[in-house]
Amino acid sequence: MDVRVQESAFDLGVETSEFAAKTSASGAVVTFTGIVRNNAAGTLEHMQIEHYPAMTQKALEAISNEALTRWQLEDAKVIHRFGALKPGEMIMMVATAAPHRKDAFEAAEFLMDYLKSRAPFWKKEVSSDDASWVAAKEEDEAALGRWQE
Amino acid sequence: MDVLYFAWVRERIGLPREVVNTNARTVKELVSELVAREERYEAAFADISALRVALDQELSSFDAPLKGVREVAFFPPMTGG
Repeated sequence: MDVRVQESAFDLGVETSEFAAKTSASGAVVTFTGIVRNNAAGTLEHMQIEHYPAMTQKALEAISNEALTRWQLEDAKVIHRFGALKPGEMIMMVATAAPHRKDAFEAAEFLMDYLKSRAPFWKKEVSSDDASWVAAKEEDEAALGRWQE
Repeated sequence: MDVLYFAWVRERIGLPREVVNTNARTVKELVSELVAREERYEAAFADISALRVALDQELSSFDAPLKGVREVAFFPPMTGG
């Protein structure tokens, strides 16, 4: 398991290749990447991502461990950035490796759903004439429901 | 104990962290004490249903006891990913 919280950019290709190369029992690797999206008017200067340093690493590790317990996974990787990120920049990635693709896909979705609402990050959209905190979406909270049984 | 604020809670209160001496037994009691201090706390804690709280870096609830807790953090619902 590899969990990293960092300000610097990461190379998706390198991260994915390294992750895939370490797996030997897995026939499937799934990755998801989150990217800073411009606003409708195209005026976003950057997304300011704040986090709670003492809690972030622990929370991400707990979520990753939960995924490793619930699915037949060989490994999982999570990278999440903070700081000022421009439109088009990668914010975060998850990767899962499993013997079969169903586990890899489901575990990646689980990681994303939990990261959205349970990892201590907050996004602020800063444009030329405005700065506003991104509100949590009800549908994101509701998405956690399907994993609770 | 250390009290931390994040995102718009931090902006409304005007500081990221402070040391608070309190006898509050629960998170709710601590919030009441803070709100009684100054308007900026009242503005931040106007609707606690819009807030989350972590005790020693674990998500918790406003009814939770504070006994033995060293760090309390208040913040809006998280927007990771």
